[in-house]
Amino acid sequence: MTAMLRELLKQLFKRPFTNKFPSKRIPESVNGFLEKAEKGKAKINPAIPVPEGFRGRIEYYREKCIGCQLCTKVCPADAIVFLPKEKKVEYHLFRCSFCGQCVEICPVKALEFTKEFLLADYKKD
Amino acid sequence: MSEGKTFKIAVGPVHPALKEPVQLNCEIEGEQVKHVDIELSQVHRSIEWIGTRRNPVQVVFLAEKICGICNICHTLCFCEAVESIAGIEVPARAHYIRTIAAELERIHSHILWAGVAAHELGFDSVMHYTWKLREKVLDTTEYLTGNRIGKAIVTIGGTKRDIEEKQFGKIREACNYYRQNFSRLRDIFLKDPIIKARARDIGILRRDDALSLCAVGPTARASGVKKDVRQDEAYAAYPDLDVKAITPKELLGEIRGDVYDRIAVRLLEVLQSVELIEKCLKQMPEGKIAYESKLAKVLSDVKQLKGEAIGRHEAPRGEVFHYLKMVGEETPYSWKVRAPTYNNILSWIPMLKGAQIADIPIVAASIDPCMSCTNRAAIADGKELGNEKLHRLSVEKTRSLKKGPGSERGNCN
Repeated sequence: MTAMLRELLKQLFKRPFTNKFPSKRIPESVNGFLEKAEKGKAKINPAIPVPEGFRGRIEYYREKCIGCQLCTKVCPADAIVFLPKEKKVEYHLFRCSFCGQCVEICPVKALEFTKEFLLADYKKD
Repeated sequence: MSEGKTFKIAVGPVHPALKEPVQLNCEIEGEQVKHVDIELSQVHRSIEWIGTRRNPVQVVFLAEKICGICNICHTLCFCEAVESIAGIEVPARAHYIRTIAAELERIHSHILWAGVAAHELGFDSVMHYTWKLREKVLDTTEYLTGNRIGKAIVTIGGTKRDIEEKQFGKIREACNYYRQNFSRLRDIFLKDPIIKARARDIGILRRDDALSLCAVGPTARASGVKKDVRQDEAYAAYPDLDVKAITPKELLGEIRGDVYDRIAVRLLEVLQSVELIEKCLKQMPEGKIAYESKLAKVLSDVKQLKGEAIGRHEAPRGEVFHYLKMVGEETPYSWKVRAPTYNNILSWIPMLKGAQIADIPIVAASIDPCMSCTNRAAIADGKELGNEKLHRLSVEKTRSLKKGPGSERGNCN
């Protein structure tokens, strides 16, 4: 008996390795399913929790921003655009590469990592 | 079919077996491949061009996007080049953290490749099994750096994150996991009669061919060339770790240079990486993790550099090489990336000669090709450039680089 056949036979009596997220069965539309879950109509099969220090979606606190433009100078993807009139910046999530340089350089901590990772969408806004 | 009559078939650029666009024009006689011609440049992302329009602090993370699988190696090379131009000395602890990250990447890349190789052989259950094993290293990477693939840990002059004493436990756990599973992987890949039948004596690259075609990485080592940047020109923490280039002789007792040997070398390197990480954890010195902790200071330090430098690193696929020239402007004057696949791709020709059509996918996959990292521009004004014109442009660009600033920038990266 080959080594792989042995592994496959063992696998018959084990639980599947994959954690089925967001639902145990494939929904018709994942986005529709998530919307339903938000309203409390469907139950999300929980994801494996992300570790401490995870680099998820970046939160921008507009009121804290002093408009120093340091973040625009270190962003490799041009995801942060300076608005000269308001002396604030605009953060474009869809261009972001989550390198975290803006979070590191911000002198007033107006940018912060969150643990949110479900970011795919059909619309850019 | 009459003797000596050949047909031409094109494998690619879009082909279910080749994950990235590349075209293999094979001349076949019956089932046998007589001659192969390789056509490259079906994919290009102008990363070097974008890089010459960004400051070095930005380019570090642009370099990370050159390759998803080996993202540490490009950032590391670029940082080495910038550090040697700016005369920045990297703290010893940062060298160790970089080494651990690079070795985690090697484990990930080799196990991923083993899965792909099994898939190319049509052995999908092995693929799913190997990729299940791969999850452990991805979880460890996420735990240490904050993301599964894009590590964003190397930066100019050091690293972004520290690996603390309390994190050692999880790294050791991952090391033990791969140590325990190594024998299982070895039995699955090297003792399986199907894999043996499909990989033994297929796609042979002789030692002299590997040398004359400048093959690098596991492709060269599987042919018996003891070549490894970590051994030959040790950088980062590798001088302390005593790395030896691995050949299949250690496991199989002989070197044939075929696909089977390349599988063996990669599996052995997983074990080697585990040992290196364990050594790193044992020897890791105390100290700073970057020469300067304030990013704004780094930004001003690398603003107006002058000089040229190279960075080298042994990526999972072989040696990667970066050339950087700065002329006192904020952005690099020139940046050239040479990915390991560029060297390895020509070894397809001796490997495929005499092989059967059904062997093309596994032989092509056996060098672990990464086309998007390798290809450079060949298109200008909507027209593809011919070889002659491309050569002329290349000569012109080299000349203008020698002259330095003032002469016009080459428009072709």
